[in-house]
Amino acid sequence: MNKREFLKDAILFFPAAATLQALAPAAEGKAEPATTPTDYDATRHWYGMGIDVDKCIGCNRCVEACKAENNVPDEPFYFRTWIERYQIHENGETRVECISTRAGLPEQAPPEDPSVVRTFFVPKLCNQCAHPPCVQVCPVGATFQTQDGVVLVDEKRCIGCRYCIQACPYGARYLNPRTKTADKCTFCYHRITEGLLPACVEVCPTEARIFGDLKGKADRLVRFHRVNQISVLKPDLNTEPKVLYAQLDGEVR
Amino acid sequence: MKLPEQVTRLGIVIAVIVAVVLLLRFVILPESLFSARPHQAAAAEREMAKPLRHAGVAVCRECHEEQFELKYGGKHRTIGCENCHGPAASHAADENAAKPPLPREREACLACHGYDSSRPNGFPQVDPLEHRPRKKCVTCHDPHDPVPPKAPTECTGCHGRIEHTKAMSTHALLPCASCHAVDAQHMTEPRLALPTKPDSREVCGRCHVPGATDPAASKVSVDMAAHGGTYVCWECHYAHLPEGRK
Ligand code: HEC
Ligand code: HEC
Ligand code: HEC
Ligand code: HEC
Ligand code: HEC
Ligand code: HEC
Ligand code: HEC
Ligand code: HEC
Repeated sequence: MNKREFLKDAILFFPAAATLQALAPAAEGKAEPATTPTDYDATRHWYGMGIDVDKCIGCNRCVEACKAENNVPDEPFYFRTWIERYQIHENGETRVECISTRAGLPEQAPPEDPSVVRTFFVPKLCNQCAHPPCVQVCPVGATFQTQDGVVLVDEKRCIGCRYCIQACPYGARYLNPRTKTADKCTFCYHRITEGLLPACVEVCPTEARIFGDLKGKADRLVRFHRVNQISVLKPDLNTEPKVLYAQLDGEVR
Repeated sequence: MKLPEQVTRLGIVIAVIVAVVLLLRFVILPESLFSARPHQAAAAEREMAKPLRHAGVAVCRECHEEQFELKYGGKHRTIGCENCHGPAASHAADENAAKPPLPREREACLACHGYDSSRPNGFPQVDPLEHRPRKKCVTCHDPHDPVPPKAPTECTGCHGRIEHTKAMSTHALLPCASCHAVDAQHMTEPRLALPTKPDSREVCGRCHVPGATDPAASKVSVDMAAHGGTYVCWECHYAHLPEGRK
């Protein structure tokens, strides 16, 4: 083979190889269409959750269901969602306690304290912000917002630097000790994209949690939005949370 | 005009270099080197492919219509099956593979119904030490349709916090009925028949005017015309803990 022939072959070889390479994944995708719902169109949804604080009974079942559904470590300090007990005292002091840290059953309820003026439970989770600060700080683009408005973490890209954990104003992220990557609520992305409810909503006994699609036409969340006075957590940060609270006490941070 | 030979060759070399660079950028090197989008799409697909643990009530219903109907007509209608029976997607996929547990112990019910002052007003709660201790709840209440065997007579079951607060106050001895008229239906269908609430200062005046004739009247009286201006009494005194709101 002389120089000229070699060059000629090379010029033909590389584009051909590249075309094959480009075609290969497409062929692969066609081979297994069952696992990935191809008819799901993310651009047609904009998911959110409503929380009616007045209805939460603090049973912690949402936390347990979330852990089971999403393989969250059992230790009582890793959560994708958790419940806080608020106690507001006569002198204005506010005590907040995370009741989800207790293992198993609630210990005896705290004794009656007449100086407590109001007390209630507040479910918390990732607010799936429209402007998520965690996404902005991620140095490797591992955390991102999908077109349907859910903030996800790419476990394969995450380097475990914890910037996003620091950046989240709601404390919604933790470092998963098994994968050594950041982890957080995904609204149960694998469920909602199949038309199911997130696990926490599925088990909530009092319908304190309402899951819905803010782009939906006939949607419970849209009605929830219409009939309630809605507050979001830390509105001054302009993160624009999509977790909407009704009957939220002004003391809740 | 004829181009000089060397210019044509230079042109060809430049064209080949440009072509190679373009090929590298757009065809040979994967898009994921330049943009995060393919990674993110792949991550979203991986997320979507994760296995389900909770099947959802609709699936349970396919084989357990009886329990579904029973529960649907009762007070537990809003509770998903897997709240009590645990995640059961594997059972729903193969009913013989794994049997969901039957939560018969008292603790399972008390997680929701044990008294806790932070629970919302009106939510039915019992004191575990006082409510039929040591007996399994399911011996008296059907978990799928929990009607109490007889209608409750006390208000504590659903207004524990108010009852407990009142017990510590100077109004401890007053029955709830001295200020609220309660229809019997309120004890079984509370939201369909709400009790009355005091609507005028005279409700309190009954016991707090000098020389009141009510048998439960208080020794402490106020001048109804002057005390507290035109406001209703409970704007300043919490009726269930009156001395606590000075
Ligand atoms: C494909 C049909 C099917 C589906 C779907 C199904 N089950 Fe079952 N389940 C059965 C059968 C059949 C039995 C009876 C097994 C037996 O009696 O040995 C059973 C038994 C049970 C039992 C009693 C176990 C025991 O020890 O007696 C529970 C509790 C239960 N199912 C809960 C559920 C829940 C919750 C769901 C929804 C996630 C569900 N099932 C979905 C078929 C189904
Ligand atoms: C409040 C908790 C609770 C909920 C909600 C609940 N169950 Fe049960 N279930 C129980 C308990 C407790 C038992 C055991 C009853 C017993 O042994 O007397 C039971 C028993 C069963 C059994 C065994 C047969 C029987 O009837 O005793 C089946 C099947 C069952 N449940 C299915 C379901 C399905 C399907 C749903 C949803 C439609 C559901 N359960 C919702 C608590 C619950
Ligand atoms: C996950 C929470 C949860 C669990 C677990 C649970 N319940 Fe309930 N229960 C509720 C809710 C919610 C209601 C409806 C309350 C309402 O109507 O405001 C209710 C209502 C009731 C009522 C009716 C009270 C009344 O007078 O209106 C009874 C009785 C009852 N449950 C008994 C039980 C028993 C027995 C168990 C255990 C087998 C149990 N519950 C387990 C949440 C729960
Ligand atoms: C021996 C039968 C019996 C057992 C066991 C029993 N209950 Fe009850 N329950 C009743 C009766 C009767 C009532 C009606 C009110 C009353 O008399 O206290 C009632 C009422 C209730 C109510 C309605 C609230 C109220 O007082 O108005 C709830 C909630 C309840 N029970 C939950 C439970 C739970 C949870 C357990 C298990 C820890 C349990 N019960 C065990 C008989 C029983
Ligand atoms: C089976 C549970 C249950 C029992 C028993 C019960 N209540 Fe209620 N009660 C409720 C619920 C639920 C509400 C509505 C709470 C809400 O919407 O905030 C309520 C509301 C009330 C209200 C407020 C009405 C209003 O307009 O805001 C009063 C007053 C009241 N109850 C008094 C009583 C008295 C007095 C008794 C005892 C004789 C009693 N209740 C027994 C469940 C109960
Ligand atoms: C001395 C009169 C008085 C007695 C006794 C009394 N209440 Fe009330 N109650 C009131 C008044 C007044 C209000 C309205 C308070 C307000 O609107 O600020 C009220 C409000 C309520 C409410 C509405 C919720 C709330 O906290 O405002 C409930 C529920 C209630 N009472 C239950 C009870 C129960 C249960 C008892 C018995 C344990 C009881 N009350 C005894 C005067 C009384
Ligand atoms: C059925 C009679 C009755 C009614 C109605 C009643 N009270 Fe009383 N009240 C009492 C009694 C009895 C005491 C206890 C003081 C005493 O020993 O006389 C008391 C004590 C008080 C005290 C504390 C007095 C002190 O010295 O600490 C206040 C304040 C009070 N009531 C306010 C109210 C208000 C406000 C209402 C209306 C919502 C009301 N009461 C309705 C009988 C009543
Ligand atoms: C504007 C607020 C306000 C209103 C409205 C009000 N109170 Fe008072 N009340 C007070 C204060 C403050 C005290 C304690 C200081 C005092 O003794 O004057 C008091 C004291 C009392 C006492 C105890 C008096 C004593 O001598 O120890 C009674 C009983 C009482 N109030 C009943 C009522 C009744 C009944 C009403 C409605 C007719 C009412 N209050 C309305 C503010 C109010």
